[in-house]
Amino acid sequence: MTEYAYIIALLPALSFVLIVFFLRFKEFLAAGFSIAMIVIGWILSIVVLAETLGRGGEAYEGFFHITSFASLNFEFGILVDPLTAMMLIVVTTVASCVQIYSIGYMKGDPRFSRFFAYLSLFCFSMLGLVLANNFFMIFIFWELVGLTSYLLIGFWFEKKVAADAGKKAFITTRIGDLGFIIGLLMIATYTGTFNYGEVFSRVAGGAIPAGALTVALVFLFGGAIGKSAQFPLHVWLPDAMEGPTPVSALIHAATMVVAGVYLVARAMPIFSGSAEASLVVATIGIITSLLAASIGLVQNDIKRVLAYSTVSQLGYMIMALGLYGHDTALGHHSPGYYAGTFHLMTHAFFKGLLFLGAGSVIHAVHTNDIQEMGGLAPKMKTTALTFMIASLSIAGIFPFAGFWSKDEIVAAASYHPVFLVLTLAVAFMTAFYMWRLCFLTFFGKPRDQHRFDHAHESPRVMTWPLVFLAVLSVVAGWVGLPWLSQGFASFVFHGEAYHPHANWLLMAISTVVAVAGIGLAWLIYYKKKISADRLAERFRPIYTLLYNKYYFDELYDLIIVRPVLAFATFMWSFDNWVIDGLVNGIAKLTILWSDLKLWFDTWIVDGAVNGAGWIVQQGSALLRFVQAGAVQFYALFLLVAMVLLALVKFEVVMVTVDWPVLSVIMLAGIALLVLVSRTAHRAGPAEATADTGSVGVEKEE
Amino acid sequence: MQIPYLSSLVFVPLIGMAVVMFLPKQSKWAIRWVSLVLSGIAMVISIWLTWDYYFNLAGSAAMAYVEGPFEWIPSLHIQYFLGADGISIPLLSLTGLLSFLSILASFNIENRVKEYFAFFLLLEVGMMGVFVALDFFLFYVFWEVMLVPMYFLIGIWGGPRKEYAAIKFFLYTLFGSIFMLVAILILYFTSEPHTLNMLTLIQTSPGLGHTLQMVCFIFFFIAFAIKVPVWPFHTWLPDAHVEAPTAVSVILAGVLLKMGTYGMLRISWPMFPDALRTLSFWIAVLGVIAIIYGALVSMAQKDLKKLVAYSSVSHMGFCMLALAAISSVQAIAGCMFQMVSHGLITGALFLLVGVLYDRAHTREIAAFGGLGAKLPVYSGIMVFFSMASLGLPGMSGFISEFMIFVGAFGAVNKVLVGLGVLGVVLGAAYMLRMVQRVFLGNFDESRWGGLFEINFREIVSVAPLMVLTLWIGVYPKWLSSMMSATLENLVTLMAR
Repeated sequence: MTEYAYIIALLPALSFVLIVFFLRFKEFLAAGFSIAMIVIGWILSIVVLAETLGRGGEAYEGFFHITSFASLNFEFGILVDPLTAMMLIVVTTVASCVQIYSIGYMKGDPRFSRFFAYLSLFCFSMLGLVLANNFFMIFIFWELVGLTSYLLIGFWFEKKVAADAGKKAFITTRIGDLGFIIGLLMIATYTGTFNYGEVFSRVAGGAIPAGALTVALVFLFGGAIGKSAQFPLHVWLPDAMEGPTPVSALIHAATMVVAGVYLVARAMPIFSGSAEASLVVATIGIITSLLAASIGLVQNDIKRVLAYSTVSQLGYMIMALGLYGHDTALGHHSPGYYAGTFHLMTHAFFKGLLFLGAGSVIHAVHTNDIQEMGGLAPKMKTTALTFMIASLSIAGIFPFAGFWSKDEIVAAASYHPVFLVLTLAVAFMTAFYMWRLCFLTFFGKPRDQHRFDHAHESPRVMTWPLVFLAVLSVVAGWVGLPWLSQGFASFVFHGEAYHPHANWLLMAISTVVAVAGIGLAWLIYYKKKISADRLAERFRPIYTLLYNKYYFDELYDLIIVRPVLAFATFMWSFDNWVIDGLVNGIAKLTILWSDLKLWFDTWIVDGAVNGAGWIVQQGSALLRFVQAGAVQFYALFLLVAMVLLALVKFEVVMVTVDWPVLSVIMLAGIALLVLVSRTAHRAGPAEATADTGSVGVEKEE
Repeated sequence: MQIPYLSSLVFVPLIGMAVVMFLPKQSKWAIRWVSLVLSGIAMVISIWLTWDYYFNLAGSAAMAYVEGPFEWIPSLHIQYFLGADGISIPLLSLTGLLSFLSILASFNIENRVKEYFAFFLLLEVGMMGVFVALDFFLFYVFWEVMLVPMYFLIGIWGGPRKEYAAIKFFLYTLFGSIFMLVAILILYFTSEPHTLNMLTLIQTSPGLGHTLQMVCFIFFFIAFAIKVPVWPFHTWLPDAHVEAPTAVSVILAGVLLKMGTYGMLRISWPMFPDALRTLSFWIAVLGVIAIIYGALVSMAQKDLKKLVAYSSVSHMGFCMLALAAISSVQAIAGCMFQMVSHGLITGALFLLVGVLYDRAHTREIAAFGGLGAKLPVYSGIMVFFSMASLGLPGMSGFISEFMIFVGAFGAVNKVLVGLGVLGVVLGAAYMLRMVQRVFLGNFDESRWGGLFEINFREIVSVAPLMVLTLWIGVYPKWLSSMMSATLENLVTLMAR
C-alpha cells in the first residue's frame, strides 16, 4: 500500500471534483461520498502506518518529474516515513470525525454540498502536503491549504467579518510565505535541488555556507510563522474563527495550522545544522506561546479562547523543535523533536474535540459568548463530559494524552532555565483558561435563561465523533509512555532514536502547576471565592491590554495596512499625474509647438508674402489718385515742377543737390499732390472713394 | 514540396478578411460565422503545429517549418522568410486560440459588424506574422500592420474616451517603431553583404562593437519596452484597455504585450550580448519596479478593468526580471511560461469583466458586492482566475513566477529578486480585495436583482483557458520540453 499512498490524497480530490460537477444539488450524496472517501483514506492510512511500522520506520520514496531545467528538477513525489505515517493518521482521523459531525452542524445550510466540496479539497491539499517528498511540492500544497482555508473561513461570505477574516488569513500567511519562498530559493540555488533527501545530504556536505544557511532557515521558518500563526503573524487565526466551527476544528486547530510545525520537523536535518536559526525558532515559539496564553485568559468568545489556546500550543511545539535543533547542533541530546511531534498528534485530537464540543454548545445556545452560557452540563451530558476530558488532557493531567506529550515538552525545556520557567507559566495559564471556560460554560447558574431553555444536546451524528475523539484524547498519549521500549520516541525521531525516561520531578512539578491552574479557575469561577470582576478592576491596565490582544490588530492597521493603501493611492496619483502627465505633457507640447509653427507660418512667412502684395496694392491705390484723368491737374503739376526745377537750375534757390533731401522733397510733393487730388475728388464723383475701400490685402479669415 | 504551414497561418485570416469585405453588411450572422470559421482554421493549424513540433521537432534548436528565404525585393535584399521555433510555437497557438475565443466573444457586437470583423482578422494577420517573420523588413511590416486595425478597433468600438486612447496607443507604439526602424537600418548598412535576414544578423551582429551594440540595443529596447509595456512606458496600456471593447482587450493583453517580450527574445537579446550584459542589472531594476508599482497601483483602482490592466504591468514586470537573468535557462523559461500564462489568465479576466459589464453596464468595484450568492458559477470562475492571477500553485501563474524566482535568484542581484517576491504578497492583496468587494459581502437585491448568470457561449469562451491554466500549472513539462532546446541555444547565444 505504501507505494500507492498518494491514493489517500487523491480520494478527496475525486470527491471534490464529483461534488462540484455532479452533486451540487444532491446534498445527501455529496456528504456521503465525501465522508466515504475520507474514511477509506483513514483505513488506508492505518495500513500505511502498519506497513511503516513493519518496515521498522524505513522511508519509502517515489516520484516523477513534472518539469526540469538545467539539472533543477521540479517533481511530484511521495515520501512515506514515520513522520508522514503519523501525520496521515492525524489528518484522516480528525477529518473523518469533522466531516461526519458536519452533517449535523451544517444541516439546512444553503451551501451544504459546497461545504463538503471545500472540505474535500482541503483534505486533498493537506494530505498532499504531508506526503510531499520535496520542498517545491510541499510549497504547492502549502498554498492550496491556504486557499481552502480562505474559502472556508469566508464560507458565510455574506457576513462582512467572515469575508474580512478570510482575506486577512490569506494575506497574512502570504507574508510568511514570502519568507518561505526566499528560503526555498536560497536552498535551491545553493544545493541545486528541492528533494528533501538530496537537500539534507548536500547541506550536510557543506553546500551552504554557515551564515547563509542560518539566513535561509530563518526565511524558511517565516513560512511556518505565517501558517502556524506564530508571533508576529498570529493575528489571523483568532479572526479565522468566523468560519463554521467544524472548519475551525479541522483546519485551524488540528491540521493546517500544524503545517508549520510539520515543516520545521520535516526540515529538522537542516535546522539542526544551525544553532542560531533553531534558537530563533525556539524563541519565537515561546514568545507566541506566552502571548497567546495570556490573551486567552480574558477572552469571552468560546472559539477565540480556543483559538488563542491553539496558537499557544503551536508555540509549544515550535519551541520544542527549536530547542531540539539548537541542542543537537551543539551536540546535546534532547527530547524536543519527539516532544514536538508527539504533542502535535495529541493536540490534534484534544483540540479538535474541544472545537467540535464548542460547536455543539454554540449549536445549542446560538451564541459564542461564554458570559451568556452557564449550567449547560445537565442538558448536554455528552458534550460536557467529552469537553472536560479534552480540557483535562490539554491541561496536562495524568493519565490523559496531553499529560504525556506536554511532559516531554517540559523535559525538552528543562535544559534551558528561562524556557523552563516560561513553559511552566504557559502550562499554568493553559490549565486556568481552559477550566475557566469549562466552569463558565457548563457549571453555575445559567446567565441567560432564554438561551438556556432552548439548549439541547446535539444529535448523535455530532456527539459520536466527540466520543471517538474523547477516547483518543485519553489513549493517544499512551503510545508515548516513557516506559515503553518501542514507543513513539523510537518511531518518529530524527538522527538517533531518543530514549525517554520518566523524570518524576518534572512530572510532579508540571502536575502541580496544572492542578494549581485548575484550582484557581475553580475558586474564581465555580466557588466564586475570588471575584473575577474585582481582579479585573485591580489589574485594570493589564486586563485592558490582554482583553484587546495587546493591540496587535490596531498596530498593524496603523503601521502596515493604512500606509500600504495610502501608498497605493499615492502611486496611482503619481502614475496619473506624473508619468502619464509626462506623456500627455509631451503630447501637449508637441501640439503647442505645431500651433506655434502654424502661427509663424500664417503671420510671418505667409505674412511677408501677403505683406509685399499689400504694399504694392496700397501704393498703387494711392498713386492712382494722381492719375485721376483731370487734365488741369496734370498741367498744374507740370507747371509747379517746371518752376521748381527752373528755380534750382538758375540758382534762385540755393540747394545742394543732395539726393536724399531731394527724394524727401519729391515724396512730400507727391503726398501733397495726392492730398490735393483727393480733396478735389471728395468734392467730385463719389465712386472713386468707394473704390479705395475694396483695395487691400486678402487676408485669411 | 513542403506544405507552407506558417504562410497559411498568416494568410488564412487575410482570406477571411477578404471574404468578410465582400459580404453584404446586413448579413451580420454570415460575417460572424465566416470570421469564426476562418480564425478557427488558423487556430487548428496553430495547434496542429504545436502538436507536431512537440512530438517531432522539439529536441532541436533549429528553426522549423522554414519557408524561404525567397527573394522579394532583391535590390534591397528583402526576403520572404518565415520560420518557427520553441519561442514562437507556444505564442502562435496562444494567438490562434485567443483570436478564436475573442471572435466568439465578439458575437454581441452590433455596430458596424462588417468593419469590426474585418479589422479583427487583419489584426490576427499582423500578430501571426510578427511571430513567424525571420526577415526584418517583413517583421517590421507585420508589426505596423497590426497597429492600424487596433487603432480603429479601439477608436470606433471603444468606450467614452476611445479617441484619446486609440491615438495614444497608436502614437506611442509608432514612436517606438521608429527607433526600431533606425536600428534595423543600422544593422542593414553595417552588415556586409547587406542583409535583413535575422538569423544571419544574429550570427554577425555581436561583431558590431560595443557602442553600436548599445545604440541598437537601446533603440530596439525602446520599441519593445513600449509594447511590453515596461515601466515607465506603460501608461498607454490602462487607457487602451479600459476603452477597448472586451475582445480587443483580450487580444491586447493576451498577445500584443507578448510581442514586446518576444521581440527581445528573438532579436535584441541574442543579437547584442555585450550591450545586454552591460544593461541587464538595470533591466532587472525596471522589472522589479514594474512588479511592485503595478501591484500597488492596481490596489488603488476603482474600476475592475483598470485593476486587471495594471495587474498586467505587474505581471509583465516578472517577465522583465526573468529576461535580466541572462545566464539562467530557468528564468528565461519562466519568462516564456509567464507570457503564455499571463495571456491565458489575463485574457480570461478581461473576458469575465466584459461578461459582467454587459449585464451591469458598470465596472465600478464599489458598485457591486455579494455577487457570489446571486451568480455562483460566474463568481466561481472569476475567483478561479483571480487565484490563478495571484499565483496560486496548481495553476500556470505560479509555475511561471516560481521558475522566474528560482532562475533569477542565482543570476540577478538577490535583493532585487527578494523585492520581486514581495509582488506575490501584493498580488494576493489586490486580487483578494477585489474578490471581497465584488463577490463577497451583502448582495444588493434591489439594484442587481436582474443580473443573470454567465451563459453558455461565455462559458465556452473561457473554459479552454481554464483547462490550459490548470494543465500548465499541474504538468508544465509539456510546455517546457517544447522550448528547452531553443532556450538553451538562446542562452549560449547570449553568453557570447
